[in-house]
Amino acid sequence: MALSEFPRLGFDPFIELRRMQSEMNRLYSGVGATTARDFPPINIWLGENSVVLTAELSGVSRDDVTMSLQEDVLTLEGKREPKLKQENVNWQRRERAYGTFSRAVQLPFRADADTVQARFNNGILEIELQRLEADRPKKIEIRAV
Amino acid sequence: MAQEVRTVEQRTPSTTEDWDRRANRPVFVPPSDIYETKDSIVVLAEMPGVAPDAVDITLERRVLTIRGRSAASEHAGYQRVYNEYADGDYERVFTLSENIDRDRIEATLKEGVLHLVLPKAETAKARKIELKAS
Repeated sequence: MALSEFPRLGFDPFIELRRMQSEMNRLYSGVGATTARDFPPINIWLGENSVVLTAELSGVSRDDVTMSLQEDVLTLEGKREPKLKQENVNWQRRERAYGTFSRAVQLPFRADADTVQARFNNGILEIELQRLEADRPKKIEIRAV
Repeated sequence: MAQEVRTVEQRTPSTTEDWDRRANRPVFVPPSDIYETKDSIVVLAEMPGVAPDAVDITLERRVLTIRGRSAASEHAGYQRVYNEYADGDYERVFTLSENIDRDRIEATLKEGVLHLVLPKAETAKARKIELKAS
């Protein structure tokens, strides 16, 4: 910022404004990256007639999650609560988020609610859904005339 | 003019070098809660996907190092179509302010959260000092 566009004036009237602008840019540079994340983060794996959805749900017990399926939309709801044994503790660092969450995921096809399998493994929820029998692609034979 | 500011985000790759890491696996900083009670320090670190036998905790003097390796989530016959989180390893180093009784450290891993109880050493505990009558 040493180079001024106003050499004849001897001083740059906008130098403070420009400094403020770069300061603001720096302040807000990380905002979108951290707040736009949906909870829980999910990964989706696609098979021939089934889909596997995994979600990072560390610190959430099995009883605190409910799943519902409607047509091709899977909804995950639940809560994460701090499980403190003692009261009157002195917090030194709080980075983990607590509260309720709800997330709806649209699947690539309608799934069969009766064959859904869900497992919890080390804080990762894994849900396997099968495509509805009626929706599966059918092979059509061409009859010889 | 521009000042480099180091921000620690939840998913910043860690940069400690002395760990034999697998190729192309990111190393994450696990988000952690730390609280202090009358006689211990409790650390809760989020490490989803890490099995209990893949955790490595060391305490050297007052430097506590937590490492975890998450199992690779490969699904045979399936194709990854959507990705919001990556498989990776976890690593974080804390410097403790108290002396810790090493023999009574307890560590448990439940639902992807590491629960570490570090009891304060007798010498570090607050002690009431009686005034001697003169």
